[in-house]
Amino acid sequence: MILMRVALGIGLLFIVSLVIFWATELLPGDLATELLGQSATPETLAALREQLGLNDPAPVRYWNWLTGALTGDFGVSLSNGRPISELIGARLGNTVFLALYAAALSVPISLILGILAALWRNSIFDRAANAGALTAISFPEFFVAYILVLWLAQTGLFPSIVRINPTTTLGDRLYMSFLPALTLTLVVTAHMMRMTRAAIINLMASPYIEMARLKGLSPLRIVLRHALPNALAPIINVIALNLAYLITGVVVVEVVFVYPGLGQLMVDAVSNRDIAVVQAVALIFAGAYVTLNLIADVLSTITNPRLMHRR
Amino acid sequence: MGFAASIILGLAGLFALAWVLRLAVRRALTGHARSIANDMPLTAAFGILVILIYAIVAIAAPALAPFPEREIVGGQFQPWSAEHLLGTDRIGRDMLSRLIYGARNTVGIAFVTTALAFVVGSVLGIWAALTGGWIDQALSRFVDALMAIPALIFSLLLLTIFGTSVVTLVLVIAAVDATRVFRLARAVAQGIVVMDYIEAAKLRGEGSWFLIRREILPNAMAPLVAEFGLRFCFVFLAISSLSFLGLGIQPPTADWGSMVKDNATLITFGDITPLLPAGCIALLTVAVNFVVDWQLYRASGLKEQ
Amino acid sequence: MGRDVLLKIEGLRIEGRSGDTWTEIVKGIDLTLHKGEVLGLIGESGAGKSTVGLAAMGFARDGCRITGGSILFDGIDLRKASEAKKRDLRGARIAYVAQSAAASFNPAHKLIDQYCEAPVVHGVMSRDKAEHDAIDLYRRMQLPDPDGIGFRYPHQVSGGQLQRAMTAMAMSCRPDLIIFDEPTTALDVTTQIEVLAAIRDIVRQFDTAAIYITHDLAVVAQAADRIKVLLRGEEVEEAPTRQMLDAPREAYTKSLWAVRSFARPEQPPAAGTPVVSVKGVTAAYGTVNVLEDVSFDIHAGRTVAVVGESGSGKSTTARVITGLLPPKSGAVLFEGKPLPPALKGRTREQLRQVQMIYQMADTALNPKLKLRELIGRPAQMYLGLQGKALDDRVRDLLNLIELEPAKYIDRLPGELSGGQKQRIGIARALAAEPQLIICDEVTSALDQIVQEGILKLLNRLQGEFGLAYMFITHDLATVRAIADEVVVMQRGRVIEQGPKAEMFAPPHEPYTDLLLSSVPEMDPDWLTRLLESRAAAS
Repeated sequence: MILMRVALGIGLLFIVSLVIFWATELLPGDLATELLGQSATPETLAALREQLGLNDPAPVRYWNWLTGALTGDFGVSLSNGRPISELIGARLGNTVFLALYAAALSVPISLILGILAALWRNSIFDRAANAGALTAISFPEFFVAYILVLWLAQTGLFPSIVRINPTTTLGDRLYMSFLPALTLTLVVTAHMMRMTRAAIINLMASPYIEMARLKGLSPLRIVLRHALPNALAPIINVIALNLAYLITGVVVVEVVFVYPGLGQLMVDAVSNRDIAVVQAVALIFAGAYVTLNLIADVLSTITNPRLMHRR
Repeated sequence: MGFAASIILGLAGLFALAWVLRLAVRRALTGHARSIANDMPLTAAFGILVILIYAIVAIAAPALAPFPEREIVGGQFQPWSAEHLLGTDRIGRDMLSRLIYGARNTVGIAFVTTALAFVVGSVLGIWAALTGGWIDQALSRFVDALMAIPALIFSLLLLTIFGTSVVTLVLVIAAVDATRVFRLARAVAQGIVVMDYIEAAKLRGEGSWFLIRREILPNAMAPLVAEFGLRFCFVFLAISSLSFLGLGIQPPTADWGSMVKDNATLITFGDITPLLPAGCIALLTVAVNFVVDWQLYRASGLKEQ
Repeated sequence: MGRDVLLKIEGLRIEGRSGDTWTEIVKGIDLTLHKGEVLGLIGESGAGKSTVGLAAMGFARDGCRITGGSILFDGIDLRKASEAKKRDLRGARIAYVAQSAAASFNPAHKLIDQYCEAPVVHGVMSRDKAEHDAIDLYRRMQLPDPDGIGFRYPHQVSGGQLQRAMTAMAMSCRPDLIIFDEPTTALDVTTQIEVLAAIRDIVRQFDTAAIYITHDLAVVAQAADRIKVLLRGEEVEEAPTRQMLDAPREAYTKSLWAVRSFARPEQPPAAGTPVVSVKGVTAAYGTVNVLEDVSFDIHAGRTVAVVGESGSGKSTTARVITGLLPPKSGAVLFEGKPLPPALKGRTREQLRQVQMIYQMADTALNPKLKLRELIGRPAQMYLGLQGKALDDRVRDLLNLIELEPAKYIDRLPGELSGGQKQRIGIARALAAEPQLIICDEVTSALDQIVQEGILKLLNRLQGEFGLAYMFITHDLATVRAIADEVVVMQRGRVIEQGPKAEMFAPPHEPYTDLLLSSVPEMDPDWLTRLLESRAAAS
């Protein structure tokens, strides 16, 4: 059962890598003409093709690219010739740090808010939380980011530009990354809260919850023993979906706060049309996204007795 | 703080206007249409009013804007004044005029993109659900694979390859979003094709086109309309984000996302002018979301009866 | 009765919310229940029976509120009692058995854990003792493998067994009162008997009082000491069971009885070429055969009832006849000539001759089309009617099904009642002017009085147009009322077939016997007699 899902997930990762690789095949010319421009002589083109291995057939190039990527070798940047793994190196860590930071803030907040809103359905709190969430969802991330800058950085409380390097201490890191993390938290919390609320309300309407009430159980026991075990699967999925969303959210936020992460790198590479770098970063982002969804899938299978205990 | 107060006042004014408008509409309408208006929450009335205002501004942009869209009409970063109500931008173009033209460009492009994604996605989705078999399987697995890549990342990848122009932007975002529309339209249509009335129509000997046109579409309309609103919000935010990153709508076209980016330096000096275009984006998205929420609530309420 | 009063409800009023408005759904109900007594609460959908049942526990569902009257349980006023006080009573002294056990058991916990919950929480017994007790009660409820069944999850147990396990769970604290809310409605007729017998026995063994809610008179007659009839939130009448069955006073109650008495006169045996013959049909979904060598004939002007429990292949047979499921072998003949097996191979004329009416009129009518188009489309398509001719035809059809054309022609299905929708389904079938109409459980989703109207209409139309009906049903009362011939199916095979008179007289195949004898009769001693005769036979 679980092995099946894992196998499917790995298959999907494989297909995703294929799509990302295949996308570059859509280029009008090839990488060499793209790189050297129209004025290049046939000799230099041929030399570059040889150097980049462009003369091999597509399946061979795909295989080389994929096996390289799996061992951490993504080739070289087209714009400055440096190895891509070097460019990615520290930035990957920074981005993961930012995403985890935002997740650590947003997951507990949004679960608590979502559950409370569901339990106090149609109360003032519920309406306010809902309206707030809807508004937050509607704001572009850079808007939220700049409002925070205006509000919290102008007063000098937090820095609006993140200057971190490998020697920065954890405390400084947390302090300097606070605004980007808060921006992501606000955006993601709204989504997660709404989805949690919907999942819990759906659950509380089920006949077995009514049965539990008619057995004379206390509200706390109903929530903890009867609702929660069944809510785990939907909540896990909500969390995974939003962590996955964080991955794309970091791109804009990193640009606003000049945060040295993968998002920045990708945006710069897109501007320079540095396909090799874009491919590498896209593969990392997509891989993380697929893996997260896979983990959620496996976890919610484990919590569901219908799937774990067959007839 | 004076600024925050004026924003709150402005929103309150819009709400009041929406309230009056709803009252007027209720008076004017009769029958079924009136009962719909009667159930309309104030937020939805507000949303409709805001959408109307945006539409008018977009259509009448040349008449409303005091200065041309792309001309340099003053010094750089001039403050708010009687001549330039919202000051000038980084190279001396009138902010207010560009804001007004932005309604036309940003909203217009987002709308066209959504419409394109919608037509392609929903036609394919309904067709897949109705046909079933290997066509459905092939299309669905293909879409699953594309959806395994986050939308923004996939858009960035495609933009790198095809370059950044308005046409590629529209096509790329529409392609990425069509996958999401496909999945919803297919799910909705699948819920409908299992109904007995579809079986009855098939038994009668009706063709696919009749089934789609008379039996499926009328019943899929409510969720599809709501989805259109939601999709528009996503597309609108995505295009704005890309423009903000410098990868979407390109200068000198006036566009809200890139206007924020271009003038962002002012924010660090405590000037809120660059945030106005972002606010315009947020207000429209909130408005559409309010209307969609109401539509979804209505759809679910009707189902319960 | 002479025993102490356990529950006394006076002037109970409950409102339900639809949208922003509250409407009264229970309009002043009085109810008295003595210790150890079983009260049957019957009525059609919308009568407010479940709402009253829950109110006896001081409970109102979301979207409902109790607005008036008093509910006294053993001297405690449940309307004034605190939530904590009510929690102490619920599960311990008043228990509830829901209609769908499958949905009402928590899917995340094993049966025995859910059994032990109430006794442990209410401090009645320890977990260990509760487990032993559970196994004992499972045994008394005649569940298979009573020692092990509790350690399964709900999805691993069948519907009839779950319903018994739920009754056992309700008994766990030995309550004074149990509310049974349609406990056998979702079950097959042969399973229903077992559950009904188990419920009756356990209630008698422990001398528990009960309120038994159902829409089926014959079922409640077996279990209840007294019966109370409700209609749209008001009491129609109340009387001891025998008196209620022998001499109902009110017109409404009498009409409930009348459905069972409707019967179509005997028809002479049919002759000539049948309209449709099913010849040795074997059909499969994938590789699993769902029909094996099914054969029967349907003659013009005659009704063939196809009966069997869920999964017996009744509806699959209809799918083969209509061409939705081409058979693996065998054929369907129309007036002696074979029909192309698949829908796509059939001509428009062939399609016209066989029409279908569905169980759920709600899903069989496109909710976005007006009656004009719903009924008119077949006439337009098959008979080429247009404009005025089409309009006239639609109006004729509406008249035929006793709906006033001027009032209804431009309505949507959502603006009609359940019975009216089913009539539209009939009109749509008639519009094609077919020779055979397949009726798939057409009355099962309807209230009894409405059922009667539909059956009478179908009967009249058959007389007027010489239609042949294939009537798929699990309800033998309906078969008695309208069938000329009966085909009994089980697990994809025809077990027995023949004229109705023969089919309802012994001797039978064992399965037919079981099926026929399981249909509850309007006689309070029926279940007792049946169980005795079955015990004697085995």
